[in-house]
Amino acid sequence: MGIDLLQEIAQTLRTHKTRTALAVLTVAWGVFMLVLLLGAGRGIQNGVELQFRDDAVNSIRVYRGKTTIAHEGLPRGSRIRFDNEDYERVRSQGSEVDRITSRYYPGGSLTTSYNGQSSAYDIRAVHPDHLYLEKTLITQGRFINQIDLDNKRKVCVIGRRVKEVLFGDATALGEYIQIGDIAYRVVGIFRDDGGQREEETIYLPVTTAQLVYGAAQKINQLLYTVGDASYEQSKQSEEDTRQLFADRHGFSADDKRAIRIYNNLDEYKKITDLFFWIRVFVAVVGAGTVLTGILAVSNIMVISVAERRREIGIRKALGATPASITRLIVVESLILTSAAGYLGLLLSVGLLEILKRTVAENDYMYQPDVSTAVVVSVTLLVVFAGTLAGYLPARKAALINPVEALQTK
Amino acid sequence: MGENRVRALDSVSLAIQRGEFVAVQGSSGSGKSTLLNILGILDSADSGSYTLDDTRMDNLSHRQAAQYRNQFIGFVFQTFNLIHHKSAVENVALPLYYQGVTRRKRNAIAMQYLERVGLADRASHKPSELSGGQSQRVAIARALITKPALILADEPTGALDSQTSEQIMQLFKEVNREGRTVLMVTHEEDIAQRTKRVIHMRDGMVISDTASAEPVS
Repeated sequence: MGIDLLQEIAQTLRTHKTRTALAVLTVAWGVFMLVLLLGAGRGIQNGVELQFRDDAVNSIRVYRGKTTIAHEGLPRGSRIRFDNEDYERVRSQGSEVDRITSRYYPGGSLTTSYNGQSSAYDIRAVHPDHLYLEKTLITQGRFINQIDLDNKRKVCVIGRRVKEVLFGDATALGEYIQIGDIAYRVVGIFRDDGGQREEETIYLPVTTAQLVYGAAQKINQLLYTVGDASYEQSKQSEEDTRQLFADRHGFSADDKRAIRIYNNLDEYKKITDLFFWIRVFVAVVGAGTVLTGILAVSNIMVISVAERRREIGIRKALGATPASITRLIVVESLILTSAAGYLGLLLSVGLLEILKRTVAENDYMYQPDVSTAVVVSVTLLVVFAGTLAGYLPARKAALINPVEALQTK
Repeated sequence: MGENRVRALDSVSLAIQRGEFVAVQGSSGSGKSTLLNILGILDSADSGSYTLDDTRMDNLSHRQAAQYRNQFIGFVFQTFNLIHHKSAVENVALPLYYQGVTRRKRNAIAMQYLERVGLADRASHKPSELSGGQSQRVAIARALITKPALILADEPTGALDSQTSEQIMQLFKEVNREGRTVLMVTHEEDIAQRTKRVIHMRDGMVISDTASAEPVS
């Protein structure tokens, strides 16, 4: 009986080739668009996440500020200053702190010179972990290390642009450059994807710079990463750090401007939240497209039933029960939409596969893909909708009065 | 219809025995089509009862009506009512589809019936490739395939020329001779006279019920 029913339907579909093709096309197109949009959305999200991964997504930066709330004798507008003790306190704060460095800027008025060439560069005095916080890529030599700090060595690591300007093609490693009145030995050269400006930077050991430029214990910023901490843990670490500074410097922990804290995960979360909504939007648009296809099938089934009124009348006169007529129409609709849905699925997943292989890793799109869950739910959606699309016309067909139907021309 | 209700059939009392060959005559509006629809379980009477093959046909569900139609009745229509996208043999086999007979088996049976009406060589033709007389013979084969107790024919020769009509009437006679009850509605006097019993209807009532003039061969 099952195969017989399919043969009956196959005969009808063959008889109405254009109608069949149109129905299949609309549903296939809907499914194709839905899956493609979902896949592309996922690809864009992957792309952006990849970018963040390069950028130490888990970093927290602490900047100095001015109090805006009077607290325990500290008036509004007091400047909060950092020193080495703050660095030590944050470092020993807890397990969340992974890599940590302080930054001290000796000042913009310092001139850097070598062999008669001189220029002004950004000078940052840092701890060894700074390497991980800024995406610093050492191309020659090494970065600042702990021994440099312990011995307050006069060494420096220079950016690629600094090297090009001061040394040209000559060897820079082991040479001495003059920063202000002091000579530093070049121990490393670095590259930075952050851009040209980052490569016009010179790194010094923080202890050396504090000694040489009379800063004593002063630092300007603290930067640290939170390792594998979750977003919530990272927010907690941010709060802990604020409390730590508030306790030591005597400002209110509610005063968000006494010190300013930038949590990179906030940006990351903003983007992922945005992507969540983009995906919702994409799903709604895609589902709408599928729905349009389903409506088209339903419409086509209504027309099909109207056109076959007489045939249905004949079938009923020959002994077709209402249930058998309903079954005939519903299964026809189901076959149409399932076949079309499968076609759309096949085409879109195929196209995504091709995209995945051919589109190289770039900033906007990476590994466009749909999950098995998406494929399964799209399939179920199409099957469900196909049944529904067929059901109403089928009910109508089953209730056709054979006497009247046989009189239609 | 509102306030002007028309009685299509009024106080009709008929008994038709197994194996009879009956013609129902009357002008349009006489109620003969309504009678045929009720006998065919395509319609039901507002009151009264109908017994077919010792089975009461009143208050049937759609499903039961469909099953009885399939089991007890074979229809032949003026306009043949073949399904245009099916071949002759598939059209003949269709009633067996609703009995759950497998495709191979019902097509084999259908071939036997096509052979009976002399159209075995047209088995794979679509209705559009058949003449009127051939189409009606296919329809008769379709009506016979379930071995029904009653063949109902609605103006079976109405769309055919006289020579073809003659062939079709011969076929009905043969069917009747095998013991099947045949009831046909016709407005053609000469066709009616070829049956054994003629019932005249007017305004929904039976006005005469006589044995046919023509001697039964």
